Amino acid sequence: MPEETPDNEITFTLDGREVTAAKGEMIIAAAERAGTYIPRFCYHPRMEPVGVCRMCLVEVEGPRGSTLMPSCYVAVGDGMAVTTDSDKVKKAQDGVLEFLLANHPLDCPVCDKGGECPLQDQTLAHGPGETRFVEEKRHFAKPIPISELVLLDRERCIQCSRCTRFAEEVAGEALIDFSGRGDMVEVSTFPGEPFSSYFSGNTVQICPVGALTATAYRFAARPWDLEQVESTCTGCAVGCRVAVQSSAGRLTRLLGVDADPVNHSWLCDKGRFAFESVNGPDDGGSSLDLTDPRRRIDEPMVRRDGELVAVGWSEALRRTVEILRSAGADHLGSIGGAQTTNEGAFAWTTLLKGIIGTDSVDAQLGDGLDPALISALPRATIDEAASACTVLLLSGDLREELPVLFLRLRGAAMSGQTSLIDLGPRANPLGDLAKVRLAARPGDSLLIARALGGDSSAEVSLRTHPEGRTFTDDDLVEARRLLGTDGEGVVIVLGRTSLAEDPHLVEAAARSLAATYPKATFLPALRRANTMGAIDMGLVPGLLPGRIALGSAGDALAELLPAASMAPGRSTLAQLAALADGSQTALLLLGAEPLFDVPDAALAERAMTAGAQIIAVTGHGGPSLAHCEVVLPVAVAHERVGSTTNLEGRVSALSQKVMPPALAWPDWMIAGELAALLGTDLGWSTVEDVTDAIAATVGTHAGVTASLLASPAAADGVVVPLTGAISGPRALLDPTAVPGLASPDKVGLSAFTGAMVEPIAVAVPTGGPRPLVLTDLAVPAPTDPPAPDSYSLRLVASRTLYDGGTQVVASPALDDLRPDAVAFVNPYDLDRLGVTTGDEVRLRSPKASLVITVTADEGTLRGTVAMDFGTAVLGSEVHTNAVASLIDATSLVTDVRMESL
Amino acid sequence: MSLTDAPRIVTARAGFDDSHSIDRFLATGGFDGLRKALTLSPTQVCEQVDAASLLGRGGAGFPAGRKWSMLRKADVSYLVINGDESEPATFKDHLLVEKEPHQLIEGVVIAAYALQVSQAFIFLRGEFALGLERVQTAVNDAYAAGALGQNIFGSGFSLDIVVHPGAGAYICGEETSLLESLEGKRGFPRIKPPFFPAAIGLYGEPTVVNNVETVSNLPWIVLNGGEAFAALGEGSSTGTRLFALSGHVRNPAVYELEMVKHTFRDLIFAPTLGGGIPSGTGVKAIIPGGVSAPWFYEEHLDLPLGQDEVAEAGSMLGSGSIVVMDETTCMVKAAWRITRFFSRESCGQCTPCREGSGWLERILFRLENGQGRREDLDLLLDLCDNIAPGLTWPPQQTTICVLGPSIPSSIHSSISRFRDEFLAHITQGRCPHA
Repeated sequence: MPEETPDNEITFTLDGREVTAAKGEMIIAAAERAGTYIPRFCYHPRMEPVGVCRMCLVEVEGPRGSTLMPSCYVAVGDGMAVTTDSDKVKKAQDGVLEFLLANHPLDCPVCDKGGECPLQDQTLAHGPGETRFVEEKRHFAKPIPISELVLLDRERCIQCSRCTRFAEEVAGEALIDFSGRGDMVEVSTFPGEPFSSYFSGNTVQICPVGALTATAYRFAARPWDLEQVESTCTGCAVGCRVAVQSSAGRLTRLLGVDADPVNHSWLCDKGRFAFESVNGPDDGGSSLDLTDPRRRIDEPMVRRDGELVAVGWSEALRRTVEILRSAGADHLGSIGGAQTTNEGAFAWTTLLKGIIGTDSVDAQLGDGLDPALISALPRATIDEAASACTVLLLSGDLREELPVLFLRLRGAAMSGQTSLIDLGPRANPLGDLAKVRLAARPGDSLLIARALGGDSSAEVSLRTHPEGRTFTDDDLVEARRLLGTDGEGVVIVLGRTSLAEDPHLVEAAARSLAATYPKATFLPALRRANTMGAIDMGLVPGLLPGRIALGSAGDALAELLPAASMAPGRSTLAQLAALADGSQTALLLLGAEPLFDVPDAALAERAMTAGAQIIAVTGHGGPSLAHCEVVLPVAVAHERVGSTTNLEGRVSALSQKVMPPALAWPDWMIAGELAALLGTDLGWSTVEDVTDAIAATVGTHAGVTASLLASPAAADGVVVPLTGAISGPRALLDPTAVPGLASPDKVGLSAFTGAMVEPIAVAVPTGGPRPLVLTDLAVPAPTDPPAPDSYSLRLVASRTLYDGGTQVVASPALDDLRPDAVAFVNPYDLDRLGVTTGDEVRLRSPKASLVITVTADEGTLRGTVAMDFGTAVLGSEVHTNAVASLIDATSLVTDVRMESL
Repeated sequence: MSLTDAPRIVTARAGFDDSHSIDRFLATGGFDGLRKALTLSPTQVCEQVDAASLLGRGGAGFPAGRKWSMLRKADVSYLVINGDESEPATFKDHLLVEKEPHQLIEGVVIAAYALQVSQAFIFLRGEFALGLERVQTAVNDAYAAGALGQNIFGSGFSLDIVVHPGAGAYICGEETSLLESLEGKRGFPRIKPPFFPAAIGLYGEPTVVNNVETVSNLPWIVLNGGEAFAALGEGSSTGTRLFALSGHVRNPAVYELEMVKHTFRDLIFAPTLGGGIPSGTGVKAIIPGGVSAPWFYEEHLDLPLGQDEVAEAGSMLGSGSIVVMDETTCMVKAAWRITRFFSRESCGQCTPCREGSGWLERILFRLENGQGRREDLDLLLDLCDNIAPGLTWPPQQTTICVLGPSIPSSIHSSISRFRDEFLAHITQGRCPHA
């Protein structure tokens, strides 16, 4: 909605009363804000109007008298006279409704949409009591699958084109379209091409009838049996706001909530359907092995005589304390914590750093970036990125890593106001929209960053690469033009371009860009859900809560963390190395699975089997449990209350919808109990106590109290540190835009008035330690990757959305969608070896050798081989994360030899 | 064929068996109009067309000169020729593309020169197999003759023409739908605004869409002057027009007649024209301008064939397609047959047209087959009213394009005039004419 200023404000007459609106606003939206709800089906506030359902016809006075016009398509004009309640309008609208019902089947009693159906609701509100349609209705086979996740009932379809428009306009995947004519028009996929989209679930959510249904919710519940809370998706770091719905104590459905600064009501299918992993198997899964990710961990266990056996909490906690005490602060550490809440992360930091005194805690799993750098870089919000003049992508494929951020940036690029520059090492859908692509081979991103800054030696290095440059002089000139002189209006999306590349390289590139473009801001693309919250809460080596250096805590925080170390601790990779060589003897796993998640499988394997005492705090089974002494069951997403922080630093409230299984506790409670056993009473009895403790002691989070996060004005979350009033009134919850979402002013269509939330003022905190800025950081020695050798291919490990992680594997709807591991190689390199798509080759790295199928891919640069992280070689028991087996985390890049068999 | 000595403007060569050949074309003044046009300035050509008061021949009858003047100035603009003639009983462009393809090309080049566009498209109905072949041949011949391509006849003006076959959808005759189809998309009419392709048309660029017959008039107009054209006909209806006469007449055919100078009676009954009704019975109903038009009856026979005259009598001359129905015709079946056409050709975009056309068709089918109910007549009219509120002429509409509000014409006409016949179907339980 355009911002209202007197300049672009106009006045028009709505049913005889004077109403103001923004210039260019559609009648339907202006009327809605003025409290007049015009019925609609095809209109969706987040998509371009098309005016096809004709339900929203109103009378508009024009030069040729009053005519019926679609209010979703006609912009209000100054002095325009609009009538929404005349007999003519009512007849036209009732006529449209009757036409829609003519061929619509009367299967409401068995339709999933029944009870939350806009067609049903509007028929009830305005429709005739009896049908005049006595003819045979049209028939189609029903339902037909259009993808693995979505089924289509063409008889119920009212051809509103919301789904087809979403696919083309929002997701950029025009895989569904209309076919046929007249009343036999149907939504179709193209022959042999299913609607395979990471965003297909949105079409189900916005379908105004029961035509599109998702396999995960079909026949699972009736809308009137659903209970709902609003929360934040913790599937990745975008932090989409969601409505979490359950029935009979099990999660049934997630719907996207329209958070204007974040997700615009969209979700990715992983976020939408991964709730199945929380429910666990229908039979409880107790027959599954503890190493199976589908198994929910619901009781504490300790190892006795080589077996993990269930015990009570007191024994499990006592055993944990013994292990922690016997190891001592220098010889223990923790890995993980990005899956927990801010409160959980803060509690673990308090315990581990503040009470035990180790700094070897790391929420990132060797797949992240330097937390000090992330904290110090000037931060951009998603909105700022989506409205920037130029966005530079120094990250992996965002559709795979942070899908809804991809949607936002795609929308920005498609609008024409934002230019993209892509430095990613592989072709990707945002790169395809980029004005300039400066593809960086592994190890080359710093050279490209320096070349952008005018460093001629870097240009020479790029030019003399044996495979040639990946871009032209013109590309470089255009990129420089788009970035301007000082980076004003530029947002740099900073993530891991490849997990097979040492993060120092991309970090150095980011520092170089920050130096060249001092006004550019950075949006961290760290994928794991609450990584930013964990960093902010100090659950990383070298930082204390509030983005500050060790030793710089203010009084309140210092009091809470009496034992905090002054020396930076070990990162995840360093801890694994220390575990492997025996210098670390105890490990706390905070929802992490090193044997799968760490991009150096050999290192993780050696570390986990070196005999250290390992305690896993986890909600799901996993291979690491085979090596654990103690297993502590923890509440996972939708089972716990608290807050989470997304990649822009937006803190939002998490709500609990279902009970954790059996004896599982939330993280903060486990950490608090361990602290008590170690002699410190933290005094936290509710999670709100922890939230308020954060607000009271962590400078960046000053004022972000539990009551603030629970207030309607903060419903979309608040970006920390707070800088002023929280002014984010919610977008209207139009019951037709998002059917099934229980809004406060639910359905009563005639009484629909979208009450806007009033902004609230907050006191901007002053004083206290200042968060890190770039100049606080030591600049690491320059690192140059080794020259490529012409016999090897340089490895690119990129992300894929449906990897073998717990969320996917433990969600039946998603598990079948996991791709097998293949090696993507440029056809030029395949030709040199005489192999082609579908052939098997042997890949040999310093760490491993494996046989894998190749796929010719023009989007993979010459001289590189790309593999998706977290995918398994088909039929291989060993390489469940094939590319992690090949990666050597101790070298800057990993080179592999490819041999034909 | 003509009753008067008015010139035949667009069918002058149609009598020759080889009228479609380049040799016949060149031997009968082919490209003379174009050569003359190229000696004039584009503005002068436009002035001739304005002086001719040439009305568009596609159905809406919008003045061609005014349409041209609305073309937004831009770096790229297009001319598109609408030859997607697909309505039942409409076949006048069919004759022109098969018999006078070179004249069409000449007209396109003149129009393109006047508009200063360098790319034109001819969108022809896909089922015109012979017409497509002949128009493509004519395009090739024109390139060979120097009348197309770079530097046409040394004038410095250049034009390329692409002939595009439609994929078999009536709706693609609607100009915005045609543009969508030409762009490779599904043929959905575009919503207004923008109201005219002259502002935003093909590929978002300013575009003039003209009918085949409209541009076929241009060589004559340029050669003989707009005033000579305007001297033919009367009032706003200038020049000659093609009338596609079909139904219950002895000589169904396309006739080129000077406008307004003849009546429906002349066209239907004159021995040199329609030749009268074979069954010897009277005229029961006439569709005066394509199946979207409200019907005329015996009392309209002496109405002149002019755009305003027909409009004032409550219908339209439209595409000049005239269907004669004699006393033996079942009016229910006629209405059903027309409605069936629309229901099958509705693009399915707007609810009232998509659902309404099918519903109306089903009701009419029941009525025709003796399964009707008395309340069906009011239901039919009320459903029609929900597509075209008020059932006025010209119609109001609840849809994006005019296909929807075209549907009620035959139903409203037939029920209003022949309610008894509908009731007979209901009371007898069968079609009385069967």
